[in-house]
Amino acid sequence: MSLTHHVTAPLIDKNPVTLQILGICSALAVTTSLSTALTMSIALTAVLVASAAVISLIRHHIPNSIRLIVQITIIASMVIVVDELLRAFAFGISQRLSIFVGLIVTNCLVLGRAEAFAMRNPVLPSALDGLGNGLGYSLILMIVGTIREFFGAGTLFGHAVVTTVADGGWFQPLGLMQLAPSAFFIIGLLVWAIRSARPEQIEVSEYKLQQREGHR
Amino acid sequence: MTDLFLSAVFEENLALTFFLGVCTYLAVSKRVETAIGLGIAVIAVQTITVPVNNLIFNSLLVEGAWAWIGLPEVDLTYLKLVSFIGVIAAMVQILELTLDRFAPALHRALGIFLPLITVNCAILGGSLFMVERQYDFTEAVIYGFGSGVGWALAIIAFAAIRERLRYSDMPRGVQGLASAFIVTGLMSLGFSAFAGVGP
Repeated sequence: MSLTHHVTAPLIDKNPVTLQILGICSALAVTTSLSTALTMSIALTAVLVASAAVISLIRHHIPNSIRLIVQITIIASMVIVVDELLRAFAFGISQRLSIFVGLIVTNCLVLGRAEAFAMRNPVLPSALDGLGNGLGYSLILMIVGTIREFFGAGTLFGHAVVTTVADGGWFQPLGLMQLAPSAFFIIGLLVWAIRSARPEQIEVSEYKLQQREGHR
Repeated sequence: MTDLFLSAVFEENLALTFFLGVCTYLAVSKRVETAIGLGIAVIAVQTITVPVNNLIFNSLLVEGAWAWIGLPEVDLTYLKLVSFIGVIAAMVQILELTLDRFAPALHRALGIFLPLITVNCAILGGSLFMVERQYDFTEAVIYGFGSGVGWALAIIAFAAIRERLRYSDMPRGVQGLASAFIVTGLMSLGFSAFAGVGP
């Protein structure tokens, strides 16, 4: 397996959000605008790469029984660094992200990749795997963020793209896009789109209903 | 106080309004029985950890907490993430040992869900919201209990809907994860109608 594979595979084929169901909480909550989505993507990717590298570096010295606590402590330290950096250099966005930067600690994506990959692979592949998964997560965030900000406010990154009715234009912003439910709908439809293109991603259901004769 | 409880359960439901704990919510909602078990475990852990974290934050971490030994300018609030997650992991462990000793039947029923709660972001999220909104101790107890109940309510209702969804004839790509997302979105819309509930 080549090294680039670790970066490219999680983009669509093994996307953390739409296939592995990891890190969904934050993916939904911070996508009301593109700038918060971008900040969150960068923060998460940084934490993911750094923690994967560190955990992989000391993987032979972590006793198996307390590995979860060790991993969480390492991740929490990385998150504190990122959180403090954001407070220092981008205070406005850090306020809008509210508790969600802190919640990277319990983001199942970071812990999931640490547990599934970094604990049993050398440093370089682990860091690349972290980067790939971070980019896959960012991709979904950016798509959802673009849709929600454009249709919800007619802006991208806070710059007006189309003139809204309130400013004398023709575009009527769709208020639902700024509310919580729209994020679920958009990701749901995105999953549908990806699975229509790649049917092998559809999960096998635990039990099947009996088909009636002549049906289908 | 009832105000705070009702808004924590309905209006500011952790799962459906703030998307906290959605990973577990989607993964462990295929059967109603397991959803009820997980829901009870979350209520228990949330009711304990939010007040405990409130005590730790206000008596050890907040700026000026060390004034009584002559260190008034020490501000340890940046340590809140590490200490909260430590408290949560410890509480989950203690709860597991206690249940194993005094209520083995319940312990068996909850099974693997207890350790999973450590990484459920609804729990850490509850504690972080408690800090951000500056609740005092009584409010923290009520908020912890209320937000736990809200999360349990959401996952149990969702599991019940998902069991019925087995019988619906959906396009292949929508079955499973995509339908789960869309149903959660509709539930979230429904819960937003609770805005303003309470005296």
